[in-house]
Amino acid sequence: MKVEQISIFIENKSGRLAEVARVLGEKGVNIRALSLADTSDFGILRLIVDNTDLAKETLKAGGFTVSKTEVVAIEVPDQPGGLSSILQVLDDSKINVEYMYAFVERNADNAVIIFRFDDTDGAISTLQKKGVNILPGERIYGL
Amino acid sequence: MIWNDKFETLPREAIESLQLKRLRQTLVRVYATVPFYRRQFDHAGVKPEKIKTLADLQRLPFTLKQDMRDNYPYGLFAKPLDQIVRIHASSGTTGKPTVVGYTRRDIDNWTELMARSFTAAGAHRGDVIHNAYGYGLFTGGLGAHYGAEKVGASVIPMSGGNTKRQIMIMQDFGSTILTCTPSYSLYLAEAAAEEGIDIRTLKLRVGILGAEPWTEKMREEIEAKVGIKAIDIYGLSEILGPGVGIECIEAQAGLHIWEDHFIPEIINPITCELVPDGEQGELVITTITKEGIPMIRYRTRDITRIIEEPCICGRTHRRLARMCGRSDDMLIIRGVNVFPSQIESVLMDIEGVEPHYLLIVDREGTLDTLEVQVEVNEQTFSDEIKVLQGLSRRIEKEIKDLLGINCRIRLVEPKTITRSEGKAQRVIDKRPK
Repeated sequence: MKVEQISIFIENKSGRLAEVARVLGEKGVNIRALSLADTSDFGILRLIVDNTDLAKETLKAGGFTVSKTEVVAIEVPDQPGGLSSILQVLDDSKINVEYMYAFVERNADNAVIIFRFDDTDGAISTLQKKGVNILPGERIYGL
Repeated sequence: MIWNDKFETLPREAIESLQLKRLRQTLVRVYATVPFYRRQFDHAGVKPEKIKTLADLQRLPFTLKQDMRDNYPYGLFAKPLDQIVRIHASSGTTGKPTVVGYTRRDIDNWTELMARSFTAAGAHRGDVIHNAYGYGLFTGGLGAHYGAEKVGASVIPMSGGNTKRQIMIMQDFGSTILTCTPSYSLYLAEAAAEEGIDIRTLKLRVGILGAEPWTEKMREEIEAKVGIKAIDIYGLSEILGPGVGIECIEAQAGLHIWEDHFIPEIINPITCELVPDGEQGELVITTITKEGIPMIRYRTRDITRIIEEPCICGRTHRRLARMCGRSDDMLIIRGVNVFPSQIESVLMDIEGVEPHYLLIVDREGTLDTLEVQVEVNEQTFSDEIKVLQGLSRRIEKEIKDLLGINCRIRLVEPKTITRSEGKAQRVIDKRPK
């Protein structure tokens, strides 16, 4: 029930983000979701793509520092209170969130929230017991 | 193995009496043939005959790199050009280069000292010596070359650069000994890995590494990543070129300086007084066999100390501790003396951090600032910002603990700090002069 995400170290200088997008585009890698966390010196670009291994190899060959991490994708109704309900569950279950980002599904009335937990497996089993809708990786890669 | 049993294991008293005899001959000769030294000695009020003990050497003035520039190109030569068979020059990064000349006998002595050095490092007949020191005006390439031939090894005169070709030749020719700068040995390992070659699987056994300062940590890193015994070699063109001193493979702890050819002294670079035995300071060398361009009390600017304890290898020539910086590389940041090598040692102590770094010194208002650029690699990269910031803070704290100054760590992308194929550029000082 985990989703593979790749994270890329990016220095704060012009053109680096464009370079990532360019090399992935050239190899035909399609980006499904992304988020960029930034500090004054550097940023971390997090991507979910249709072909994680190809993306990782391509970026490594392009000289980037890349790592693969596992995140959890949760589907919530795309309506007011949708995010709140899931955060309440996390809070009640004392699950720690490292970071999160969200997007809206194209052909559905749902939103997808990507979570990075400090204890991924523990979080998944707790959330499943609470009946939370966790999406398998294939659903995200193939969106 | 010892190349020259007789001279390398002379008893201490015999070394010192030989030194005194050769020193006095040298002083008489330079006083007679080099106007610069005659003026220097006269100015100090010391005639060569007044030097009766090794301690009397302290009465003579120092010779500086600037003196070589002032006497450019041949002013310090003690022999006419028709007896000089080789001329080398150091890179003239600040103006004119410094020029040195060798007589036939100088070349023979240099070759002998390099043969001793190669042997001390474990090289012998049958070895394939991959000499990646630059050939040309720089002394490294030819100096190593002659010594390697003398011990009967097969020398590959690679010179520097063209890294892919270096790797191919190393692999195809079965190189067993690598001679280059320490940073280049790591660069070769990286470049080989990019070609899909694990350099550790090649026949390389020993690296004889010098021409730039490095650290014990860097040695560990090189030994692990290149798969060789890493041996430190010391030399400078003003004195000879490579082969002034070398670590023995038995101890790998300090560089034996060939005391039948050189007299080392250690001074405080500020007061210019000799430091007490065993203390760290600037190395001063007097050559006592050189004919072409003898050097009297030459200030090398290298910071080291003399190790008096006998070495397990049996050589009686004393050792110099690993050079830990140059007195003129010394940065004064907010009044604190900082050697780039100190920062390097902090970085090397942190697991996974690359030994490639760049120091940027600047001034904001009246305050000096130090930025240390460190490359992020797969080992240190984390997808969580707090982990990366924790790494930066840890390096900042360790530098603060060691040097007492605040610095700012800037994490940069891998391989963005320039890899030098010669001497690595570690410092950019942007402060107004």
